[in-house]
This record gives sequence, C-alpha cells and structure tokens, in this order.
Amino acid sequence: MKRSVLLATLGGAVLAGGMASAATLDEVKARDVLNCGVNTGLAGFAAPDANGNWQGFDVAVCKALAAAVLGDATKVKYVPTTGQTRFTALSSGEVDVLARNSTWSFQRDTDLKLDFVATNYYDGQGFMVPRALGVTSATELDGATVCIQTGTTTELNLADWFRANNITYQPVNIDSNAEGEQQYLAGACDAYTTDASGLAATRAAFANPDDHIILPEIISKEPLAIAVRHGDNEWGDIVRWTFFALVAAEDYGITSANLEEQAANSQNPEVQRLLGKTDDLGAMIGLDADWAKRAIAASGNYGEIFNATIGEATPIKLNRGLNAQWTQGGLMYAPPFR
Amino acid sequence: MADTAAPADPPFRLSMLIYDRRYRGWTIQIVVFLVVMTAAAWLINNTLENLAALGKDFSFRFLGQRAGYDIPQRLIPYTADSTHLRATVVGLLNTLLVSILGCIAATVLGVVAGVLRLSNNWIVARLLTIYVEIFRNIPLLLWILVIYAIFTEALPPPNAFRGEDPAASMVLFDSIALTNRYTAIPSLHATSDPGSLSLGWGVLISWAAVAFVLAFVAAVIAHRAIRRWAKARQEETGARPTTWPISLGLYVVPAVVLWFWFGITVERPVLAGFNFAGGSNVHNALVALWLALTLYTGAFIAEIVRAGILAVSKGQTEAAYALGLRPGRTMSLVVLPQALRVIVPPLISQWLNLTKNSSLAIATGYMDLRATLGGTTLNQTGRELEAMVLMMLIYLVLSLIISGGMNIYNARIRLRER
Repeated sequence: MKRSVLLATLGGAVLAGGMASAATLDEVKARDVLNCGVNTGLAGFAAPDANGNWQGFDVAVCKALAAAVLGDATKVKYVPTTGQTRFTALSSGEVDVLARNSTWSFQRDTDLKLDFVATNYYDGQGFMVPRALGVTSATELDGATVCIQTGTTTELNLADWFRANNITYQPVNIDSNAEGEQQYLAGACDAYTTDASGLAATRAAFANPDDHIILPEIISKEPLAIAVRHGDNEWGDIVRWTFFALVAAEDYGITSANLEEQAANSQNPEVQRLLGKTDDLGAMIGLDADWAKRAIAASGNYGEIFNATIGEATPIKLNRGLNAQWTQGGLMYAPPFR
Repeated sequence: MADTAAPADPPFRLSMLIYDRRYRGWTIQIVVFLVVMTAAAWLINNTLENLAALGKDFSFRFLGQRAGYDIPQRLIPYTADSTHLRATVVGLLNTLLVSILGCIAATVLGVVAGVLRLSNNWIVARLLTIYVEIFRNIPLLLWILVIYAIFTEALPPPNAFRGEDPAASMVLFDSIALTNRYTAIPSLHATSDPGSLSLGWGVLISWAAVAFVLAFVAAVIAHRAIRRWAKARQEETGARPTTWPISLGLYVVPAVVLWFWFGITVERPVLAGFNFAGGSNVHNALVALWLALTLYTGAFIAEIVRAGILAVSKGQTEAAYALGLRPGRTMSLVVLPQALRVIVPPLISQWLNLTKNSSLAIATGYMDLRATLGGTTLNQTGRELEAMVLMMLIYLVLSLIISGGMNIYNARIRLRER
C-alpha cells in the first residue's frame, strides 16, 4: 500500500507535465492570456513596480509577444520562477515562454528539451566586493568566502574558474538573490558572484551602491536567452521573430514615437515588410500583418527598452557593450525580414 | 463411519461472494487490490507516456557524471570533480549529521523542559510554558530563518578580528572565534603520525582517532563492570566501595598516555587572508539549523514528556517519598522509567519529524540531501523525476530504520506482564 501511495504522488506530479501539447499558439489564443515565466524579482529585468505592475527588460519581451499574438500588451500573466523551478515550469506547460535571465547552454538546449530562440542580453559572470576590502582583481580572492545562488550555471563557472587559477574559495550557497544580498551586506561572504548584469541590478538596490565595486574579470559567457519548449517550432518562430522585430526596429530607426509615421510613409522596403505594409509576413507565422507593429508599440524597440529599464540613465547603469547593434560594435543582429 | 453425517455444503452460487461471510472478506480484499493496482498501473503508464512525449527517458546514469559544484560542508572527501553520486552521499551524511545531533539535543532539552514544566516553582514552570508555546506554534522555517539571520547579523565578520585594535576578539584564551560565517575552533594534530585507516571510497580516519575511540569504549565497558562489582559488594556487605577514583582513572589515564604517545598538538585558528585557517570551522549553517531543529522539536518532546509523567499515578511518587527517596531520585528512579513507556512511541514520531524537517536546510545554505541531490544536482542535470524518486526512497528508508530501531527499544522497555 505504501508503495502505491508513493507512485500515486509521483504520477500526480507528472500528470501536469503531460498537458503541454504541441500547438502553444492555439492554446495562448484560446486562453487569451500569455503565461510568461520571469524572475522572482530582479530590479531592471523583472520586478513589480510600486503599483504592482511588472516592469523590466525581460518583462518587455513578454509584453511585445502578447501584443503580437493577442493584440494587447497587458494580456500577460507573469509567473515568477526561481532558478530551481524555471525549466520545470516551462516544460510542464505552466508558462508558454521563459524570459528570465537564463543562460543558453548545450545541455539545457538538448538534454532538458528546451529551445533557446534568441539571446536578449549577452552577459558574463562577475564578482562584486565591498570597496573597503581593497580587492581590485578577482585573482586576489584566494581563500575568500563567495556567496552563490544554487542551481545556476554560475555555480559551475565559479568552481571551474577558481580551479583554473589555482586558488581556493569557500562557497556560501543561497537560495535567492534577496538572501544573497542579505548575506553579502552582513559580511557573511567577501564576494557575491552572479551575472554582471545581475550584480549591477543588485548593487543599484543597495543603500550605498558606491561602496561596492564590480571586479573587471568576466569569467564566463552568459548569453541570457528566451526559451520555449522543444518541439513546437511554430511557437518558437513567433517568439524568435517577435524579438528580432524589436532589434530590427532599432536598426532601421523605428521608435515608439515615429512608428505610425514610419508605417505610413517609409520608403524602405525592409521597413515596409516589417511593419506589414507589403508582403504580409505575419501570415507565414500564423499572425496578422500588424503583429510586428504592435510588438514595437508595446514598449518601443530594443534600444528603447534597454535604455528605459537597465541603461545608463537608470539606477542599474548598464552600458550597451556587447548588446549594442552590430553597426555599433555589438552583437545585436536581426536577420533580414524578407 | 461417523455417527452423525456432516451437513452437506450448499452448492456454490455467485451471490455468495457478497452475502456469504466466508467469502465476503476475500472478495473485498481482491477488489481493493485490483483497484489499487489498476490505479498504480495507470499512473505509471501515464508517467512513462508523458516522459516519452517530452522526449525524456528514465535513467540514473546522471549519478555517474561529474558534479562540477563545490560543497562547503562535507564529512567525506569531495571535490567538484566527484560524481553526482558522491555529492548525494555527502548530502545524505550531512542530513544524518544534523539529524543525529538534533535528535540528541532535542531529547535532552525536551526531557529537561518537560520535567521543569511540572516544577512547583511558579517562575520556572511558567517560563518553560512560554518556551513550549512559542516554539510549538510558529513554523519551523521561520525559526530557521530567524536564527540564521541572528547569526549573520549579530556576529562579526572574520575581518573584524584583524588589525592592532580589532573590533572583535576571540574567546576562551584566544582559541575560539565566533564569526558570522562559522565558529573557528582549534583542531588536534598528531606529530608522530600513525597513518590512517582507510574505510574505502577515499574515506580516511587517523589511527590516532581510532585509538582514542577504542580507549574510550574500553573504559566504558570497564566502568560498567566495576559498577556491577560494587553493586554486588553492596548487596553482600551493605557498604558500597568507593569506585569513582578508579573509574576516573580508567577514562583519564589511557587518554593522557595516548596524547603523549601520538604527540598530539593543538592548532589554534589564525586569521589568514579572508578567513580563519589552521583550526576547524564549524559553519553557522549547521549550527543555526541544528539549533532551530532542536528548539522546535524540543518543545514538542517537552509536551510528550510532561504527558508521560502525568500518566504515572501520583501514588507512585507518594510511595517513593514514603520510602525516603529525595524528589530528584524519585523522578529518575521511579517516575521517569514508568513514564518512558508512554513517552517512547510519540518520541519516535518526533525523531522522524526532525529528520524529515532537516530538509529545510537549504534555507541556511546547509548542503543536505535536499540541497545536493534534490537541489543542485537536480538543476544541473534536469532529472527531476529521478532525483525526486531517489530522494523519497532515501528518506523513506532512513525513517524506516529509525522507527525500526526505536520499536526494538520500545519492546524492551515495555511493561512485562507476567
């Protein structure tokens, strides 16, 4: 009897997993709301504002997608996910798309049966230390205690990097970014490590951000990408090209301010195709002609979103760096819309 | 030939399966069995089909892969190069460590608190009531977080011990440093190193430690033999011989001899770089978790002990007083042994609870089974189902072992009715 109870519990847990069917687009349309997996709260990327509305860089992707698919950027249900629950939430069908600072890696893309459709932020793992510690390089951290979130790729990078540099460290495993902040500020760890963007966002929320420095070493490649379930390529295409529409819009100088004017008057054939004036690209992915226009109207083009949520003018103070357009020396490069 | 013919059985009819008491029991059992098995088969089939639909298989091969992450608290050698299986064992040992420490401390605390709650001293009894009610009625996770936060916020970081005029200082003749990361304590080293006993799987135990343990066990056995002899003498002659100097010598002399034989030296923790080095560091994660588990479970055990004592008839106490026993001896010789029979069965449940509650360890970053196998390993490999099944099996086996052992003990102390 005991064994049967055990199996029943297991079966029940897996039952939910089976509900994820192939046609995510139809499901989203029938539900009339997009379930978007986001961070539990990382300033600038995904966090509820004072009014309880989700705002941020990753959230903007959700909004653009909802606008493209459902015609309304507000028809999004934000599902906060932790580093531990995010992929399960996606593969079980709890969320339709995951925009949550998730690193695109071989194992996740293949073994975990996910598809990473596009990188929306090129990042790398860094270290933050208190300025008073007098450390200027991560190689000086021999013997230090380092706070690290469990269940992330950063945990493996940290072990690898310290070994490659032949120095030691003591990890303090923490469950969430908020707990990491508390431990770090209390001095329970000498350094805090996570993606450099996450460090900047965390530091921005400190009482005295200037008392802490982010060390120059970037010890890993962390392409933070938008993920969907493996196997539904149509849905993957929609998410991928909605994001590329935002990147292309910046490339062609389409902003939320001049969107209508560009749609009506632009003589650039690429812009005309993107905004649905000619060629009806939307029909090829099961959407209407105005899908990209609505996506851009939701929160502006990629550059506008970046500047409004995590850019130099915000408390996060991230510069474009690798995330600039390819014409500006960055890696943001949308394939042609034709 | 029998004189009376046995009444012939009525011919079997199908309705007898329900209406005939001889068959009804079997019918019900078989039907229930079939229903349960069908449900189980459906669930297993459903699980396998859904796994296939997701393109995943059910395999424990990941246990042989390189883990790649570090575990700060470990009882056996482990590096990032070790396998997930080894990480699982490290986690399991950590679970066992905190569970055993917690069970011991919670039982001691619970017995003391339970007895004192019945004290005639008004203040003591009320204070213990407050302790029991506060810890019993607030969720354990909150206690773990609060106690861990107190450790983190109230104690100084290691670098506060640095400099000419440090903000913090070490205690107990500069040998112990309480920091907000760990407690640095001195460690012992053998100068004439006798080598190590290999237990396999890379686990080494110094022969010096083995020698000390053996000497202690031998002393315990000898001590008990002496007490038996003293008791026999007492019953024979009425006078109990003084045995404590011999007993003390049994414990102390071998230890001192071994100490000098191995040339044991004490190494004090010294601040080196970012952290203390030289001694041993007991992580706050363990201490905070242990403290929270102890205080929480101790409150429940106190109630169990109180109930057990109240279950012993007051006449027993009065009889003991009439014989001239002091209150302390009455409690330890008359009341508690009888109360144990009531106490032990619910006590087993509390020990099981404590062991399972230790899976909240991740709140303090203590790397127990839930944090290694069910946490990082699960995340890095993406094998949720396998990791969860394995973890549930391990906890199940652990609990069964504990309750099995305690049931044997319970059978031994049970009231023997003749």
